[in-house]
Amino acid sequence: MVSLDPAAVRHIGKLARLRLTDEEVEKFAPELTSILQYIDKLSEVNTDNVEPTSQVTGLNNVFREDILRGEETSPDALLQTSPLPIIDHQIASPPAHG
Amino acid sequence: MEPCSYTISQAHDLLKKRKLSAEELLRSCIKRVENVDQSLNCVVHRNFDSALTEAKKLDTSGNFDSPLSGIPYLAKDVFCEKGVPTTACSNILRDKDYLPPFDSTTTKRLKTAGAISFGKVNTDEFTCGGSTESSCFGVTKCPWNLERVSGGSSGGSAAAVSADECLFALGTDTGGSIRQPAGYCGCTGIKVTYGRTSRFGVMSYASSLDTIGTLAKTVEDAALILQTMAGKDPLDGTTSSVPVPDYFSSLHTSIKGLKIGLPKEYFIEGADPEVIASVRAAAKIFESLGATVTDISLPHTTYGVATYYVIAPCELSSNMARYDGVRYGHTVPHPENLLDYYERVRSEGFGAEVKRRIMIGTYALSAGYFDQYYRKAQKVRTLVKKDFEDALQKVDVILTPTAPTPAFKIGAHTDNPVQAYLEDAFTIPASLAGLPGLALPCGFSSGNLPIGIQLIGPQFREDLLFGVGHAFQQETDWHSRKPKL
Repeated sequence: MVSLDPAAVRHIGKLARLRLTDEEVEKFAPELTSILQYIDKLSEVNTDNVEPTSQVTGLNNVFREDILRGEETSPDALLQTSPLPIIDHQIASPPAHG
Repeated sequence: MEPCSYTISQAHDLLKKRKLSAEELLRSCIKRVENVDQSLNCVVHRNFDSALTEAKKLDTSGNFDSPLSGIPYLAKDVFCEKGVPTTACSNILRDKDYLPPFDSTTTKRLKTAGAISFGKVNTDEFTCGGSTESSCFGVTKCPWNLERVSGGSSGGSAAAVSADECLFALGTDTGGSIRQPAGYCGCTGIKVTYGRTSRFGVMSYASSLDTIGTLAKTVEDAALILQTMAGKDPLDGTTSSVPVPDYFSSLHTSIKGLKIGLPKEYFIEGADPEVIASVRAAAKIFESLGATVTDISLPHTTYGVATYYVIAPCELSSNMARYDGVRYGHTVPHPENLLDYYERVRSEGFGAEVKRRIMIGTYALSAGYFDQYYRKAQKVRTLVKKDFEDALQKVDVILTPTAPTPAFKIGAHTDNPVQAYLEDAFTIPASLAGLPGLALPCGFSSGNLPIGIQLIGPQFREDLLFGVGHAFQQETDWHSRKPKL
């Protein structure tokens, strides 16, 4: 039976880019464990020779012409929604290594 | 009768005859919001001034040919509209209110048809929940009983329609987010076939399941609205090119000889006896109209919730990756480096339920677990879908309750996420199968809480559901009852 301890919760938090407080880790460990244990119910189902469903109406490889529309909005309007400084049409994000 | 309580058909008739102006109709809705929304908490962003400008323009032009022309509506807080705050009821977008620089296809089509959007309504954060309790703006209360939830995630939409704050509202349905709140609040809601409506410009939750639909006062109104919304969109590759039928003319088809199936897995112990009795009474009404009702089985129903809570969180965790404080939303000062920035932005911005689901998805998709969780769930999804395909060979439509119980008390599931997830047990399976579902009121509990039925049909047969639902509303008056506010 799957069970997540606080170290595992912190690890998942790191993968998900979430910094969890000690209180959150305490709270999430049993909650996530109970959800995963509930999900374990799926192991009862025999799925041998069953194809997975990823697209439910049967669409496959939908193509379109690769043409620029530019009708919806403009690049500068998209940049304006950023909370970070815009320098020379680029978002100035924090440096990768401090 | 105040104009805000009209159906679309009633209002359209008066607008066309110029006995009612678009401005009067909108002002009536705004007044209603101002009178009742303090106790309900539906509207989270108000867009009244620009809406009034639109209404006056329409009155001057006098063009009310389109059935939606001059009809005021509210959109769930995930539909992007150019320059109108859209925040998914999340602190990650609320901090510096996100002002989308483009329109969703749905709101654009409605605008072209003359409908007037005048605000945004509450939802669970990023539509993750069944009660609106995970909204950063707090819970929307059920108009029939203020101690109870309106349902969710489209709880703001359902409560606003039921309380006559608008003529209709837009919602989204991934695992029941239109049908369950429609049931709790006593209004009509259509969850479409996956790909029947465009998802472009609507904030994503689980991309293989998300659908865009509407909540309305009657089936007739829902059909009118969907006529405008449905169809292929070049901006959403998953929309279908299956032709959109004339929904309005399909309202008046006879249901004589129609075969209706009652799946035994939905009439179980644990479901409220009053709900079961009410849905069985609805089945009797269909019989009296000439339909035949038979018992059927959907054997994988019991695995629906578990399947959904793998697929949806996995897709959510991927969709939420874009909220990193770079392109939009919340920001933090003086980051040490990029990773520090991401972690602080996301930890401060997301609420507990979204964090839980992101972590479930991240875990299930992490190295070594993909086959055990996501792929397994996709296979069980195939079996759930096959259940419906087999059943719909034998019957034309399937009749179920929208939820096991009427609206639950605020806070009832705060400490038990699995219990909260089970509230969606009756709506999730049709979502997994990509099928349309129509929710409509069918009675009240002894505590005066609405009870809803769900009609499920084959893919792209929304027209059939509208015909069956309309026939029911011609025979019953549950949909016309109003909460006392």
